[in-house]
Order: sequence, then C-alpha cells, then structure tokens
Amino acid sequence: MEEGLKIELGKQGVFVTTIEELYNWGRKNSVWPMQFGLACCAIEMIATTMARYDLARFGAEVFRPSPRQADLMIISGTVTKKMAPQVVRLYNQMAEPRYVIAMGACAISGGPFKQGYNVLKGIDRYIPVDVHIPGCPPRPEALLQAFMTLQKKIEEQPLTGEGRPRHLDAEAQGEFPVPVQGEHDLEPTSNKLVWPLPVVIR
Amino acid sequence: MSGSLRDTNLEGWNRPPVIVPDGEGELLEVAMGPHHPSTHGVFRMDLALDGERVVRLKPVFGYLHRNHEQIGETVSYLAMMPYTDRLDYICSLTNNWAYALAVEKLVGQAVPERAEYIRVILAELTRIVNHASAIGFLIQEMGASGTPLMYAFREREKILDLFESLTGSRMMCNYMRFGGCRVDPSAAWLDATRKVVAGLPQFAHEFENLLMSNEIVMARCQGVGKLRPELAINAGVTGPMLRASGVNYDIRKVDHYGVYDRFKFRVPLGDHGDIYDRYMVRVLEIHESIGILEQALKEIPGGPVMDPKAKIRGFRPKPGEAYGRIEGPKGELGFYLISDGGNSPYRFRVRPPSLINLTVLEDMCLGHNVADVVLIFGSVDIVLGEVDR
Repeated sequence: MEEGLKIELGKQGVFVTTIEELYNWGRKNSVWPMQFGLACCAIEMIATTMARYDLARFGAEVFRPSPRQADLMIISGTVTKKMAPQVVRLYNQMAEPRYVIAMGACAISGGPFKQGYNVLKGIDRYIPVDVHIPGCPPRPEALLQAFMTLQKKIEEQPLTGEGRPRHLDAEAQGEFPVPVQGEHDLEPTSNKLVWPLPVVIR
Repeated sequence: MSGSLRDTNLEGWNRPPVIVPDGEGELLEVAMGPHHPSTHGVFRMDLALDGERVVRLKPVFGYLHRNHEQIGETVSYLAMMPYTDRLDYICSLTNNWAYALAVEKLVGQAVPERAEYIRVILAELTRIVNHASAIGFLIQEMGASGTPLMYAFREREKILDLFESLTGSRMMCNYMRFGGCRVDPSAAWLDATRKVVAGLPQFAHEFENLLMSNEIVMARCQGVGKLRPELAINAGVTGPMLRASGVNYDIRKVDHYGVYDRFKFRVPLGDHGDIYDRYMVRVLEIHESIGILEQALKEIPGGPVMDPKAKIRGFRPKPGEAYGRIEGPKGELGFYLISDGGNSPYRFRVRPPSLINLTVLEDMCLGHNVADVVLIFGSVDIVLGEVDR
C-alpha cells in the first residue's frame, strides 16, 4: 500500500497494516532473554536491566530462567570447552523463533583468553549468532544497541520466501548437534552448517 | 533407629555411605547448575536428596577455567595486570592491588604516599560495591526479585562513574602499577568522590532498614548454614565468612599493608556463623568502609602517584619469590610469584578467597532443605571467575 494513502487513512481513523508488520511488531517488542550469565559480561548484562539503563523500555526485562520460555540467548562471557555443550543444549531447548546475541570479545572469538587450551574461540562455531557486540566487557549502552539492532532485524524479517524466520521454514535446521568432549578437543570442532570453513580463492 | 546402610553408588564420592531409614524411599540425585539462576555464573552442585533434605553435596567447577595462572607465566609482569581485573570481575581494583603488592614485594619497590591513599580509597569503594551487590543477589535468591538489587546497583553506578572517569573503564580498571598508580586523580575527581561518599551513609542506612528486620529474611537466614569457627579456621576460610563465625581476623589489621594503620575502623564480628550473620557483617563493613573513605579523603596528601625510580621498561626482577596478600572484599586475596630473572614469572599462583570459602559448602548444607542450599551458596559470595580461574 502507498505510504501517502496509509497516512491519509490514518487521519480518518482507519488503521491499515499487513499481517507481517503486525506480527513482527509484536515479536520485536517482547523479546524475553534467558537468565543465563557466563562470566564478566553477565554483570554488565545485569546492570543493563537495572534502574539506570532500564532494559524494560525495550520490552525485554523479563529474564526467564527456563530456556523453554525464552526467545533470546545472551552469551555473556567466556565459553569454555566444558561449558560449550551445555550452551548448545540450552539453545536446542529454546523454542523458535530464537535469537542469539554474542556479548563481548570472549563470546565472539575467545577474547583475551583465546590462547587458552580450554577456551572456545567463539560460540558461532556451534550456533548461529544474530548480533555480535565487541568490548571487554561491552558497556550497557552497547547491549542496548545490540537489542535495537536485533529488533530491527526482527522487524524486517519477511514471513514468506527467502530469509523468513526459521520457525516458518519447514526445512530449516531445528536441532544443532551438541559437541562432545573428545580426546584432545571438542568433537566436532565446529558445526560446518553455521561455521563454514573459509574458502581460499586462488 | 532401625536403618540400612545403603551405598548410593555415586562414583568418586569418598564419603561414608548415608544411612537411610528403612521404607523411607530412595535418594534423589539432582544436578543444580551449571545453568541455574542462583549459581552466580556457571557452577554445578550434584546433590543427593532424601526428600527435601540434603545428604550429600558435590561441587563441580571448571566451567569457567580460563588459564589465568598459565597466562601469567607466559606474559610479562605488567601485561598480567589486565588479566587480574578479570579474576574477580566485580572488584577489579582490589585484584590489581594484590598483584601490584606481590610484585612490589618481589622487587622491593616503594610506593608514594599519595598512591597508597588512592589505593585505599579505590579499594574501599570496591568493597562497598561488592558487599552491596552480594547482599542484593542474596536477597534476590530469597525471592525479592529485583528491588534490593536495584538499590545496590543504583549506588554501584555512581561509584562506577568515578572509576570510569579516573581509569577509563567501568569494570576492568587496570589502574594500579608497580610502584604507584597509572594516573593522578584531579582535584575535581576527589571532590566528586567526596560528594558520592557523603551520600553513601544514607544509602547504607536505607539498605539496612529495607531488609534487616524483615520477617522473611530473618526466618530464612537465622540458624541456617551455620559454620563453626574451628571448621572455618581449619578450612582456611577468610573474609566476611570467617568474621561472621566470630573469628577476629582482618588482614587490614593483621598486616597493616598500605596505610591502613593510619585509619580508625572496627572489624564487625558475628557470633552465630549463620547466613544472617554473614549478611549483617557485610552491612556493617559497608559502614566501616564509609568511615575509612571519609578519613582517607580528608587526609590525602599531595605528591607524585608513581615512584620516579620505578622501572617500567625491561622489568626483570631478580630471582626470588614473594607472596602479596590483601583483605579483598571476599577474603584473603593473595598472589604468589616465583621469579627466575626473566621478564615473566616462573610460577604465578593466585590464592582465590572464593574457591577456598567454597570448600566448606557441603558442611554448611548437610541436613538443610534444598531451598536453603541456594541461600547458603549465595551467602558465601563467590565469583566464578576467581573460583575456576
């Protein structure tokens, strides 16, 4: 529908919208994160929900302890190889549509602890990440920015065709394989579907 | 009581088998964590329950093991300073101080007077942040979802603003150096600190009145999770945990490190050693910290913040060893360094108060209900970054 006509109708008291817009508007304003802190960034995540930064303005103050009730997983801190299977399992238990924010350098790449034998070099090796926030730890404002980015992403998701959310795509991958502790490393070392090996073009 | 000796066949539990009365049912094994809202991060407790009663508790950690000690042995002395921020990530400045103290002991480095005062001011502000947050989290686990924690974090934000304007970072301050501090606080910063400190007593009283005589807090905390002083001493428990059991041991009074002998303050002691005493000791320590802050801000001298003879480039201590310890907000925080003359320590060891205070967890929890485990665990006040390192 034309934007001008829509505004004109709005002046007459007629509200015109599409199902897609209404559906996404509802979804983006009630993103419930999972109450799940891993390391240092978790303290900044808690600070974001507190009075000064007030995450409630974005409809996301309801932290659910159960993954079954959560829409968003904030990976707030270092993921070790002992913890990574648990993180993937929790992600599998979340209901679609589900989103992931990788908060801080450690969740993105291992951060300052990357050289450690026990630190996973980025959670996006196993689960798809929607928004990455750099920082060690990121400021609460950065987390708010990530929320706004995620809301924008949800708002723009079409309900049909290419790029539709996974719960509307019958062929989308639902379960992600949980890595197991092998002899030297986690096995597999990455999920090839979400973390394809870089292609070298010669 | 007639009962049968039943081995619950739990691998690796070197405890005598539990006597379960006949016909009373089976033991239930519950894994609490690593994703559990009350575990302050990623900690797991394998519980064996007889009904609601805890008969065994086996802590499982290592979910946040980040190789701090190994990193300390590969990077230079100065490059380890930012990593100490991330040990106990609520109180980064006290970690900085403990590490700087250990290295200063190793090389015999003197610290200017002004820097010592700044260290005291920052450490006491950190202690207030830590104790307020710890109480907030404890009460949240009791069911007061949010409100007390919001009071604590409101004050934390004010103090973090001071940290940010001085050090450039809210949480990971990386401020102390061997032989002083990184930057000199301006007069405006000191005035801003005085202003914040002037508002703290009101916060402390408000926070105290909000919770102290609350019936639910008293019913759930008093007499629960008692820790005997003998056991606390034998297990090496330190900090507010130990003082709540009635043992008068505060490293600020014992070691007189820094300039703590110049300030007048009292050491609050509990006499029951239960959750309520641990909570009250923390509340009273906030009051004492405010007193120290007021004295330090009044007496702070001028002068350099860094010893001009301190060596920064090519920092290679002579072979030797040193142990530096301070009274961190959670207990005795110590760093043990062995130098072989290279530019990184041969051995770097952290004595984490959180981990050692946690060793008595099973003794405190046995016989209590599973709901009390959450509170007892919360009253220990741990940070997983420090437990697992």
